[in-house]
Amino acid sequence: MSWFERIFRRRRLYDELSEEIREHIEEKIEQIMRLENLSRPEARRAALRAFGNVTLLEERSRGVWQWSTLESILADLKLTLRRLRRAPGFAATVLLTLAIGIGANTAVFSVINSVLLKPLPYPDSNRLIALRLDAPGAGGLASFTSGLAVSPSMYLTFAEHNRTFQSIGLWSPSTANITGVEQPEWVQADRVSDGVLQTLEVPPLLGRWFSAEDQDPHGSKTAMLSYGYWQRRFGGDRSVIGRAIQVDAQTRTIVGVMPRGFRMVDQDFDLLVPLALDRSQLKLAPFCCNGIGRLKPGVPLDQANADIARLLPLWMDSWSNGPGTNPHWYEKWKIAPNFTPLKRQVIGDVSNVLWVVMATIAVVMLIVCMNVANLLLVRAESRHQEISIRAALGAGRARIARELLLESVVLGLIGGVLGVGVAAAALRLLVSIGPANLPRLSEISLDARSVAFTFAISLFSGLLFGSLPTWKYAFRRRSTLLDGSVRTTSISRERHRARNVLVVTQVAMALVLLVCALLMVRTFAALHNVDPGFSDAPHIQTVSMWVPDQLISDSAMVTRTENDITDKLAGIPGVTSVGFAGAVPMDGNQPNWDGLYLKGKDYGATEPPIRFFNYISPGFFHAMGTRLVAGRDFTWNEIYSLRPTVIVSENLARESWGSAQAAIGKQVRELPSMPWQEVIGVAEDVHTLGLDEKAPATVYWPAMIGNPYNPQPAIMPSRFITFAIHTDRAGTASLQSEMQQAVSSVNASLPLASVQTMQEIYGKSLARTSFTLVMLGIAAAMALALGIIGIYGVISYAVSQRTREIGIRLALGARKNELRWMFVRPALVLTGVGVIIGLGAAAAVARLMRTLLFGISPLDPLSFVAVPLILVLAAALASFLPASRVATVNPVDALRVE
Amino acid sequence: MENSKNESRDLFPGALEMMILESLRRQPAHGYALVQHIQQRSNNLLQVEEGSLYPALQRLLKGKLVKAEWTVSPSTNRRVRVYQITKNGLLHLEREISSFDRMLEGIQMVLGPQKRNATS
Repeated sequence: MSWFERIFRRRRLYDELSEEIREHIEEKIEQIMRLENLSRPEARRAALRAFGNVTLLEERSRGVWQWSTLESILADLKLTLRRLRRAPGFAATVLLTLAIGIGANTAVFSVINSVLLKPLPYPDSNRLIALRLDAPGAGGLASFTSGLAVSPSMYLTFAEHNRTFQSIGLWSPSTANITGVEQPEWVQADRVSDGVLQTLEVPPLLGRWFSAEDQDPHGSKTAMLSYGYWQRRFGGDRSVIGRAIQVDAQTRTIVGVMPRGFRMVDQDFDLLVPLALDRSQLKLAPFCCNGIGRLKPGVPLDQANADIARLLPLWMDSWSNGPGTNPHWYEKWKIAPNFTPLKRQVIGDVSNVLWVVMATIAVVMLIVCMNVANLLLVRAESRHQEISIRAALGAGRARIARELLLESVVLGLIGGVLGVGVAAAALRLLVSIGPANLPRLSEISLDARSVAFTFAISLFSGLLFGSLPTWKYAFRRRSTLLDGSVRTTSISRERHRARNVLVVTQVAMALVLLVCALLMVRTFAALHNVDPGFSDAPHIQTVSMWVPDQLISDSAMVTRTENDITDKLAGIPGVTSVGFAGAVPMDGNQPNWDGLYLKGKDYGATEPPIRFFNYISPGFFHAMGTRLVAGRDFTWNEIYSLRPTVIVSENLARESWGSAQAAIGKQVRELPSMPWQEVIGVAEDVHTLGLDEKAPATVYWPAMIGNPYNPQPAIMPSRFITFAIHTDRAGTASLQSEMQQAVSSVNASLPLASVQTMQEIYGKSLARTSFTLVMLGIAAAMALALGIIGIYGVISYAVSQRTREIGIRLALGARKNELRWMFVRPALVLTGVGVIIGLGAAAAVARLMRTLLFGISPLDPLSFVAVPLILVLAAALASFLPASRVATVNPVDALRVE
Repeated sequence: MENSKNESRDLFPGALEMMILESLRRQPAHGYALVQHIQQRSNNLLQVEEGSLYPALQRLLKGKLVKAEWTVSPSTNRRVRVYQITKNGLLHLEREISSFDRMLEGIQMVLGPQKRNATS
């Protein structure tokens, strides 16, 4: 019988032992009766006398199995559960408090675990590296995009000559139109080089990976499907391999299906298509793609960086910089590898937010523990006599301590079980309100590690809040246990000290959380006060469209089609204005960054600064509600005649020519090979990259321009565009249907994509701040409520304990207001001490939150004045309510107490 | 009787278990019979305290040196729990007896002649 079996079969063993001893005694009785001729009762007495204490013997025999300690703990456990059942109000209060505290902690930990702690879902993912480069000389290009991305020529150089990587790949998020079906469909179709899937080491569910032949622009056209798209579009048909699909009006053969759950780093996708790389056409630029690599086993990151640094001169020497450009341009950028683990790249800067939220919720858990400790102290005080008697009867300190701690641990563990339920519900809420740009959002779940965390904090909190009553009642001097202190008329300073310390700490922590929450509220308000550079966001409908060159190869026809669609959209009832652009503000699409030459400015040997570019149609500013502060908008006529015109942002105009008005008539160009283009208008600044980012100096090119890179084609249209449609019907299903009809009436093969209002885009750009605000707000509200309950509890208990004293004072003529003040004053003193300590702590924590704040100082005076006032007022109210009970005390009844 | 009780208490640790195993090696027995058997074999010199017997039996059971099963005693027609020595128990008994013999020999070598001289 194993140890485990013996534990569960011990009752049977005990029963057998008892029966055996009983039979032994019976046999002895019969022998005595037989040999000594005694009656049965006499023989029984003799047998028992000879046998000794049966109970003691049974205990000693059971003790052999070493279960006595376990059984004694189990007995204490039963007793504890019975006691809790007899005090349902106390148990419910404590368990509810713990369930909320532990549940909140488990939920936030689950988010941290899924986002920050879990490895990426690829084999041996610690060897996966994000290939990013530093380029301090590249101005905004590198800083705005978290470092310089990788160009296809770089990828080929690195892949072919490195010594430290097992494989290297290049990929770029993209979209595609699927046609040849009832309704054209817009899908997420990422472009990937042949090394990407090999680097991620995720084999396809069906078919094969891409190979180098697939990325040859003159080779066969292939595609791979995501599991979701395979199910949705092909019903999971396993014979899909080899079938044709129309992607961007081009026939592609399906060569593979990726397994369920596979994502391109942190992005969902529908299709993978090979990144077409024509070696003969490649230049040093563009820096367009995400590079990933898998290090050879045992190779450190530093070595990989050094290896690639060695290859950069080879890259610069091996590829041309394109016609009409300075071949030494990139030397001044000081490009250097700055590789990071892929996981760090995926997580980005979200870890700051998550750790702040975790710290916040942990503080709430501490406050919960203090509140429960307070309740346990009250309970232990009410059991004071019982504990004293047990101590006097010989119960050891360890035994009493064990019993008290067991109660708190049991409460903690039951609270933990309930907390898992709370966490499961809270996680659903968190995922739904979590910012859409929160990385790995889809991976958030309650797993074994989260449950282990719950168990750990349940146990830890049980020991933490149980330690105070245990220390006070199990290890205090025995002489004070039976000193009759329960009958004293006033509670000693010593008995109150622990509870006062708890209240002060709770107030201090509540203050820290309230200050943090208020700082986030102020940040949110400051962000809302930022003029985004567009207006009436709820009434701007946006919709994206991609015109592949396989569908319309004539460049001028692309723009004409877009113009026709614009006109059709403008004809929809209720639409007041329509325009389109390469990207609308804050939508995450950053079309172009490049240098800008100003006519008349001598750059010498230096290159012009990098500027943000957007391609727009006439009417786009009007539809977006963006003011033209000087000059005028484009016209379709000048676009079709390729008249070299341009509109610039107000900050660019001021920086370049001193004022918006002065910019009109000035000339600029993107490349020395381009004709000069006249500034015809100046638009107000737009916070394209988000409200918390400075509005970039922007150049708005017309929707169609002459091709500065290649005479074939001579003109360059905008093939990916987003329409802005100003209408009161924005966001309605009927409008969407009419938009699709309008587009189809011009070209039936063009699907709509990313249909959303500017208000939704605006909301998403604030999502991370909103998320932090909501989390801190919930934590601060809990902290405030718990703090108030703590103060209320202390004063309420003090009033109940001093009823007799109040009666005596009333009998001697004390006024009720004086008596009320007698209770309110200490509460205010405790709050004051907590506020002073909390202010110091809040100042330190607020500094740590600096990166989350916008437009306010971490030591924002309003927050640091308002919160203490709120807390003092709350404390005054929380203490006044129980103190008012003194008015109801009848002196005669009070004197009869006890 | 008092004297024998004292001697019983003074038994070195493990002596009771050794005697129980020796009794069971001769024949399986229940608790009461074991007490009787040890007393008879020692000529009433050793009297097993029933208070010590059952913890000792539990130790032997735990160590898998004996096994037990319930049966009906043909003599008393009572349900009794009969203990039986196991193979492990036999090996253990042999080791214990051998160890006990060596110890006794050593004690006799140290105390034997002087003891005789002192008493003579």
